[in-house]
Amino acid sequence: MSGVRLLVGTRKGAFVLTSDGTRDDWNVEGPFFAGWEIYHLNGSPADPDRLYASQSTGWHGQVMQRSDDGGKTWETVGNEFTYDGVPGTHQWYDGTQHPWEFARVWHLEPSRTDPDTVFAGVEDAALFRSTDGGKSWQELSGLRDHETGSEWQPGAGGLCLHTIIIHPDDPQRMFVAISAAGAFRTDDGGETWQPINKGLRSRELPDEEREVGHCVHRIAMNPSRPDRLYMQKHWHVMRSDDGGDSWQKVSGNLPSDFGFPIAVHPHDADTVYVVPIKSDSEHVPPDGKLRVYRSKTGGNEWEALTKGLPQEHVYLNVLRDAMAVDTLDPGGVYFGTSGGQVYASADSGDNWTAIVHDLPPVLSVEAQTLS
Amino acid sequence: MIRVILPHHLRTLAKVDGEVSLEPQTQPTQRTVLDALEAEYPVLRGTIRDHRTAKRRDFIRFFACGRDITLDSADEPLPDEIASGKEPFRVVGAMAGG
Repeated sequence: MSGVRLLVGTRKGAFVLTSDGTRDDWNVEGPFFAGWEIYHLNGSPADPDRLYASQSTGWHGQVMQRSDDGGKTWETVGNEFTYDGVPGTHQWYDGTQHPWEFARVWHLEPSRTDPDTVFAGVEDAALFRSTDGGKSWQELSGLRDHETGSEWQPGAGGLCLHTIIIHPDDPQRMFVAISAAGAFRTDDGGETWQPINKGLRSRELPDEEREVGHCVHRIAMNPSRPDRLYMQKHWHVMRSDDGGDSWQKVSGNLPSDFGFPIAVHPHDADTVYVVPIKSDSEHVPPDGKLRVYRSKTGGNEWEALTKGLPQEHVYLNVLRDAMAVDTLDPGGVYFGTSGGQVYASADSGDNWTAIVHDLPPVLSVEAQTLS
Repeated sequence: MIRVILPHHLRTLAKVDGEVSLEPQTQPTQRTVLDALEAEYPVLRGTIRDHRTAKRRDFIRFFACGRDITLDSADEPLPDEIASGKEPFRVVGAMAGG
């Protein structure tokens, strides 16, 4: 029987939530790695029982974990992330140049076809790859060596590479996003990269349409239509229909177009979800109401989804990696909050239920559909 | 025998309870003790000091015989009580927070 496994990373450990295909009742396991920050954990599409987790603390730095049994047991793997060559410098908050320094792994993206191959997006922004199941990591330095690399400047959360999307049919084509450098695409497996930020506008920049410097919060794709990308930017929700070559604003009637996560319906590339946040100053939902907004028209026309979500006194946040979809029918949508709740909808967002209420602040949610 | 006491998170990571015992060394130093510790428990590599430079992580400190020896040279001989196993070499996670 089909089922869903949610991989939840929090400020104080990892949790694995499982349900059958009805998604009515959930089993909660964890915390794994109690007391450690788990920025992200993710499963291999080629072998769903192969999981990778990014574990860190300010005291002890980065640790990487791997599971071969769906999260029941874990094995510590390689944690050496060394920038290729002479790392050089990037721009610091005050405009001076600052050495590249590894801080942590923000996002893990396993290959679609090989369980032993996994990509890691790190802070300070770089892309690493392991082809031996996480034992060793090598930088794909063509990204950081881009001619604009020295102009990249950290966002408030650091200079983090937080989004990695692998094209479903062409593994040579990948998309990444960096706060606050922008979005980039490779068509040669990571050797060379080009910025894909045409159409983005950032009022915070002296040249608001410059090639890099945009604070992209998240990009999402439905694999059935890989040239269509959606983006939640610092401000503005954007869409591209040409693989990132150009972007158009689709914020439409959203109450705020600031936010962090964005997700696409598993069966309909026109249906997209965001969680509007009041502003970059307050980082809470507008009007104290937790509302997911759904567009069925590729953006611009949005409807508030509120059934089962608290509609008063809500002052929390939903982080960029904390929203996911399953591939069951009807599609499931999930998100976790800084208040420790994980909400689930088994009907594409019409109705929501809190699976758990009181986890540590949620950093990431991934959904695995199990057959 | 050289005794090492690790902070909670590193004991969990190394899957050890209580103290760690290392082979005796004739003239142990911070560096030789940490080298031996990481050889015995490879999962600790990178969690106390940097992989490449061996620079101590900022929030880690070392104590021996009740004294903070963090800023001593990594190659300075440790007290005889550490070499004999009478006293443990302590790896401490700095207190930080409110």
